[in-house]
Amino acid sequence: MAEPLLRVRDLRTYFYTENGVARAVDGVSFDIGAGETVGLVGESGCGKSVTALSLLRLIRPPGRIESGSEIQFDSKNLVTVDEGFMRSVRGARISMVFQEPMTALNPVFTIGDQIAEVVRVHHGGSKREAWDRAVQMLETVGIASPAQRAHEYPHQLSGGMRQRVVIAMALVMNPALVIADEPTTALDVTIQAQILELLRELQQKFGTSILLITHDLGVVAESASRVIVMYGGEIVEEAPVVELFATAHHPYTEGLLNAMPHVGQQRDRLATIPGSVPPPTAWPQGCRFHDRCSYAWDRCATEHPPLYQIGVGHVSRCHLAEEPERRVAVAERRSA
Amino acid sequence: MSAPHTSSPLLSVHGLVKHFPIKKGVFGKTSGAVRAVDGVSFNVMAGETLGLVGESGCGKSTTGRMILRLIEPTAGSVEFDGINLVTLDKGAMRKLRRKIQVIFQDPFSSLNPRMTVGAIVREGLTIHKIAEGAAADARVRQLLDEVGLRPEYVSRYPHEFSGGQRQRIGIARALAVEPTFIVCDEPVSALDVSVQAQVINLMQDLQRDRGLAYLFIAHDLSVVEHIADRVAVMYLGKIVELATSADLYREPLMPYTQALLSAVPIADPTIRKTRVVLHGDVPSPANPPSGCVFHPRCQHPAKDAACAEIVPPLEEKAPNHWAACIKQTPTSVEWGVQQAAGGTKRPERYLPVLAHSD
Repeated sequence: MAEPLLRVRDLRTYFYTENGVARAVDGVSFDIGAGETVGLVGESGCGKSVTALSLLRLIRPPGRIESGSEIQFDSKNLVTVDEGFMRSVRGARISMVFQEPMTALNPVFTIGDQIAEVVRVHHGGSKREAWDRAVQMLETVGIASPAQRAHEYPHQLSGGMRQRVVIAMALVMNPALVIADEPTTALDVTIQAQILELLRELQQKFGTSILLITHDLGVVAESASRVIVMYGGEIVEEAPVVELFATAHHPYTEGLLNAMPHVGQQRDRLATIPGSVPPPTAWPQGCRFHDRCSYAWDRCATEHPPLYQIGVGHVSRCHLAEEPERRVAVAERRSA
Repeated sequence: MSAPHTSSPLLSVHGLVKHFPIKKGVFGKTSGAVRAVDGVSFNVMAGETLGLVGESGCGKSTTGRMILRLIEPTAGSVEFDGINLVTLDKGAMRKLRRKIQVIFQDPFSSLNPRMTVGAIVREGLTIHKIAEGAAADARVRQLLDEVGLRPEYVSRYPHEFSGGQRQRIGIARALAVEPTFIVCDEPVSALDVSVQAQVINLMQDLQRDRGLAYLFIAHDLSVVEHIADRVAVMYLGKIVELATSADLYREPLMPYTQALLSAVPIADPTIRKTRVVLHGDVPSPANPPSGCVFHPRCQHPAKDAACAEIVPPLEEKAPNHWAACIKQTPTSVEWGVQQAAGGTKRPERYLPVLAHSD
């Protein structure tokens, strides 16, 4: 396999709070290839957004990326490079699309100015050129009459249009990687469809890699080629998208898929995962999911599982990989 | 316009309207109105769940709030057990609130942070003089137990709980006064998937055990399909389709519902969707389009000038399946009438194929 665009190894981001050390991201490793869309899914507090912020080194005290963490990009370790270099990466080589377009945009500048500023900071050139580039980018993301719209302020736009502006800003420097953190969560479903379509189109056009962070498995199924599932600050499963939805291995992934109501599939009751996500200051011993897991046995409470190889590009952090007969036994008991 | 039923409904909403005035200038002269809800009618039977879906700004939450009279309607009636709530004085309405309760979306802002869980659940018992002293304490503990919370949580404060647990507290508070009807305004939208499933199951169990009726307001179409018996779809202040959950999701008739359902991402990567992509945004309710409010974005092949002229009635297109579209057959708006309004294309049955497996 060719050298991946981004190579994350043993990323650990801890927050030193009054209530103890919150190990929000705790030993995460993954790759993103050129032109690939990787989905990063998990529920609130699993560490997916902190992972995203860590990639751009946007962690503020009391948070800290622990030494030994590696983020290899453009043959540099982003964890150790100086802040000046990091500034040349953010927005130019790696950019971010946030969930809430209203807070990602500055309310007192026109949208044209805000996109042009990105161009001026990273590329230099005249104001005129930067402005022209901004208008051209607005057109690319499907904003009608972009030359006039560029003079408008964020509040004059609808939620869907604002998200298009944020995407224009993220893509204007033609970055190698876009991190999209819940890019459609604040949008209505018909607008979400438009934005996902736009991201797909732009990816094909520019060959950008996308790390798509979301809690919505439906969005992942339609957009990503590979999926990473996080729980308790760790990756618990990673697989090609079709394989993950067809044969999820980790009980947490299985639980998430079963807990979702699907349009067109009436069921009397939804499957649930008992309990709730534990706080990051006190991850359970052994497997971090064991106290919510219907398959758990004594080994799970004491021995922290490694990522077992399940298939090609498919790994799972569950001892069931070594003792698959236990899954069969539980399934038989359930149906009995 | 509402569907006829053999038995009398628990709640009957008729011609409900809410126009919020737009004030301009220093003297606050009214220059127009936002038509948040524009003539909505439906029934909810005892023990039934009616889903109310639509996108932001379609008027679904305003409708729920008018039923509770948290917002005063501009026109229309809300009959509950044969009593018109709209004309009721404040004291009588307060008494009736014992029967009509609400569960809000945000479990963080809907619980008073300075009250203990016990006090929050107990408040309704005191106000409606249902129980006092030790009897009230016992009732509160029993309610917490019923919603799946440990009874010893009574002395804790809301901030000590997770989102799902807070929503359970909100449900216990609503149940305390033994209502027969609950307006659920996006009750699971703020919750994670695994917790959402727990709360949905709890709500279904409580409904079965207590014979509760729900008006379930939500934007998540898959959640509504799961919980609702019948579903009403709103667009720009109007109900555009109303059918049983099974019929609506199997064969949506109103072009807007078709587009809305086709936009829902499917959690199955082997299914490729033929998507009806809507262009542009929802028009402003301050200046809704003439005729059918959906016509500027409509994908129906027979759409023509008549759609911009004729306000489509919500009519029965199939047994108990109501939709507002003059181009979807059958329609009571005759071809001659459509032609007189500039119509050039005859109505036809349009059913886009929404999904298929590879």
